[in-house]
Amino acid sequence: MAESDNIVVETAEKIFADLADPQTINNDKKNSWQAPLWQALSEAGLPLSWVPDDLGGSGASLADGFALLNAAGRFAVAVPLAETMLAGWLLAQAKIASPEGEMTVLPASPKDRILLDADGALSGRARGVPFAKAAKHFAVLAHGKDGVSVALVDATKARIETGLNVGYDHSDTVTLNKVQPTAIKPASKGFDQTTMMLMGGVVRSLQIAGALESMLDISVRYSNERVAFEKKISKFQAVQHNLARLAGESAAALAAATSAADAIANAKSFDDAVYLEAAAAKIRCAEAAEKGGAIAHQVHGAIGFTMEHILHRYSMRALAWRDDFGSESHWAVELGKLVANRGADELWPLVASR
Amino acid sequence: MTAALRFDPIRLPEKCEQLRKEVRAFLAEEIAAGTFDPHKPNREDTDAPEFSRRVGAKGWLGMTWPKKYGGQERSFLERYVVTEEMRVANAPTRRFFVADRQSGPVLLKYAPEHIKMDILPRICRGEICFAIGMSEPNSGSDLFAAKTRATKTDGGYLINGTKIWTSSAHIADYMIAIFRTSQPTKENRRHGLTQFLVKMKQPGIKVNPIGQITGQYEFNEVVFTDFFVPDDHVLGEVDGAWKQATSELAYERSGPERFLETYYVLTELVRAVGPDPDTRSAEGIGRLVAQLHTMRRMSVSVAGMLQAGKEPVVEASIVKDIGTVWEQQLPHRVRDLAAFVEETATNRETLERQLDFAIKTAPKLTIQGGTTEVLRGIIARGLGLR
Ligand SMILES: Cc1cc2nc3c(=O)[nH]c(=O)nc-3n(C[C@H](O)[C@H](O)[C@H](O)COP(=O)(O)OP(=O)(O)OC[C@H]3O[C@@H](n4cnc5c(N)ncnc54)[C@H](O)[C@@H]3O)c2cc1C
Repeated sequence: MAESDNIVVETAEKIFADLADPQTINNDKKNSWQAPLWQALSEAGLPLSWVPDDLGGSGASLADGFALLNAAGRFAVAVPLAETMLAGWLLAQAKIASPEGEMTVLPASPKDRILLDADGALSGRARGVPFAKAAKHFAVLAHGKDGVSVALVDATKARIETGLNVGYDHSDTVTLNKVQPTAIKPASKGFDQTTMMLMGGVVRSLQIAGALESMLDISVRYSNERVAFEKKISKFQAVQHNLARLAGESAAALAAATSAADAIANAKSFDDAVYLEAAAAKIRCAEAAEKGGAIAHQVHGAIGFTMEHILHRYSMRALAWRDDFGSESHWAVELGKLVANRGADELWPLVASR
Repeated sequence: MTAALRFDPIRLPEKCEQLRKEVRAFLAEEIAAGTFDPHKPNREDTDAPEFSRRVGAKGWLGMTWPKKYGGQERSFLERYVVTEEMRVANAPTRRFFVADRQSGPVLLKYAPEHIKMDILPRICRGEICFAIGMSEPNSGSDLFAAKTRATKTDGGYLINGTKIWTSSAHIADYMIAIFRTSQPTKENRRHGLTQFLVKMKQPGIKVNPIGQITGQYEFNEVVFTDFFVPDDHVLGEVDGAWKQATSELAYERSGPERFLETYYVLTELVRAVGPDPDTRSAEGIGRLVAQLHTMRRMSVSVAGMLQAGKEPVVEASIVKDIGTVWEQQLPHRVRDLAAFVEETATNRETLERQLDFAIKTAPKLTIQGGTTEVLRGIIARGLGLR
C-alpha cells in the first residue's frame, strides 16, 4: 500500500488501522466495532469532508475526499462513510446544510426516479440503496415539473425494505410515499441524475481499486507463506503469473479510478471528457473486481473461501460495489451510445483529449 | 508489503495539445497528398523514405535528445503525442520508429562521441533506419542463450552466426546487436554478451527475408560470416550487455504503440454501427473504449515516470502485458460485434478487409518485444516473488 503524504488520508488511515483492522472486525461477530469507528470518523470530520464549513462540514477538497475513499477501499470499510460523503456533497450542490449522523443518497440506480409533486412532497422507489438502514437522513435527487431538486429527508419517514448485497452490507429498497422533505432546493444549473451517478460511480471505482490493492497485497503475502510440494507457492510460475495478472488488474483499476477522480476534481463541469473518465472508470474497475477477485481467491485456495479469513471482506465488497450507481453494463451502453453518436472520427480525439 | 504500484494521473500539458494539432495537420496533408491511406494498414510502405525525412524535418525524431545531436530537448510527453497520432493514423513509421524509440537512446548512453555526432543527427533527419539484433534461432525469451560470436581480432571483432526475426533488417542501415564475446560464468549465466553497432549493407552480412502470416515481409534472418566490426563500435561494457539490454526494454514496453496496433478496427466498427447503435453494439463499444482509455491513461502515466527520470520497469511491463493482450483480442471482439452490422454499411468492405488483416496480425502482438510470459515473470519479480 502506498504511504500517503495527505493529511486527510493520513488521519483516516490511522483511524482505520486502529479501529477497522480487517482481521479484528472480521472476528467480531456482533459488529461492536461499528459505533466507535463511526464516532472516530465523525470526530475527525471525515463523513462531511465534502461539505463546506458554512454548511456544517469540514470543507476538504474533492481531491482529498477522493483519496480518502481510495484508502477506505483499502480497508474495505463497512460503515456509510462514502455514502455520507456523497450525500453531503449532493446537499451542498443545492446549498443545503448537512445534519449530523449517517446519511445515504437516493436514488442509487440510474433507472430509479424520485418525483416531486406540486405540493412539495416526494414519492418514488429507490432500489439497492447502500446503508439505507443505517442512515438517519437521505439526500435525495428528485425530478419535478420545474426540473431537478435536491432534498433532505428524515429517514424515519421512508419505508425501508432491508436487503444485503453480496458483501453482506445493507443494500435496501427505500420507498417514499408523499414524504415532506426537511429541506428542498433546486439543483444548480446543469446538475442532473446522471451527474450524481457519475460521481457515485467514481467513488465506487476508488473503493474497488483500494480493495484490489489490498487483495494483491494479502495474496502476495499469502503466496510467500503457504508451502506446497515443499516450496512456497510463490515459487510456482503459474502462481506468479496469476499474481502478475492480479497486479495488472489492480493497477488498471487504480489508474482508471484516480484518473477519473482527478478529472472531476479539476473540471469546471461534467462535460463529455469527464463522462468518458467516470464511465470508463466504473466499467474498468468492475471488470477488474471480477478478474482480480477471482485470482485472489485462487491463490488463497480454500482458506480464502472461509468467513474466518479476511479476503471476502475485499473480494465480495468489490463485486458488490459494481452494482451501485449504475453497473458496468449500464455505463458501457451509455458510453457506447455517446461514442457512436459523436461518430467514428471523433473517437480518438475524445480519448486523446485526456 | 507489496511493491506499491502507482499510476499517477499525469495530464498532457497544453503544449502537447498544440503539438497534437500540428501532427494532425501534417498527417492530413500527407494523406491528402497520397503518401499513405489511413484505412489500409496492410499496404507496403513504398513512399516511406521521403515520409521519414519530412517527419525529421518537422523535428519529430529524437525529440527528447540533446540539441547538439540534432534533438529538440523536448519532453517524453511531447514525444508520446507524436507517437500516438502517427500510430492512430496508420502512418508508415517503420523506417524511423525503432531508431527513434530505442536505438538512438542506446547510442546516446553508450556510443563514443564521434559516433554519436555522426549518427544521431542523421536519425533526427529521418535518413537512417535501425534494426535490433537480439533474437537467434535458439535464443528468444532466453536472450542469454545467444551464441553468435564476436571474436577479437586486430582493431575489432569478427562476427559469425545468425540473428533471426530481425524487423526491418532488409531496409536497415544499422543494427544494434548483442554478440557473445565470452562464455557465461558459473555465477552469472548472463555474462559474456556485448552490444555492438553494426553497419549493414556490407560484405559478410546476408539478409534473408522471412514471410509472415499477414502476407507481409517485415522480419528477416541475418547471417554473419567473418563480418568485421571495429573496436569503436562496441557499445558499453564488454561482456556486460545484460544490464544494458534490460533497461533498454522499458522504452520498448510502455508506449502507445503497445496497445494501438489494431486500433483501426474499432474506429471502423463505430463507423459501421452508425449514430444510433443497438444495445449490444453500444455495450460492446462502450467496454472497448473504457479499456482503451484506461490503458492509455496508464501508458501516459509511465511516460510521465520516464520524463521524471525514473526506470519504471514493472509498470512498463504491466502496460505492455495488458495492452498487447487487449490489442490482440480487439479484432476478435470487433468481429463479434460486426456480425450485426447492416449489410449496407458504407464502410463494410473496409471493415472486413481490416478485420482480415488485424486477425492475422493479432498472434504476434503478445510475442514481439518480450512475450506475455516473460513480462509476467518481470512483474512477479517486482512483486517480490522471485
Ligand atoms: C513481429 C515480430 C517482430 C520481431 N522483431 C524482432 C527484432 O526486430 N529483433 C529481435 O531481436 N527480435 C525480434 N522478434 C523476436 C521476439 O523478440 C521473440 O520472438 C520473442 O522474444 C520470443 O522468442 P521466441 O520466438 O524464440 O520464443 P520462445 O522463447 O521459444 O518462446 C516460446 C514460448 O515459450 C514461452 N517461454 C519461453 N521461456 C519461458 C519461461 N522462462 N517461462 C515461461 N514461458 C516461457 C514463451 O513465452 C513463448 O510463449 C520479433 C518477433 C515478432 C513476432
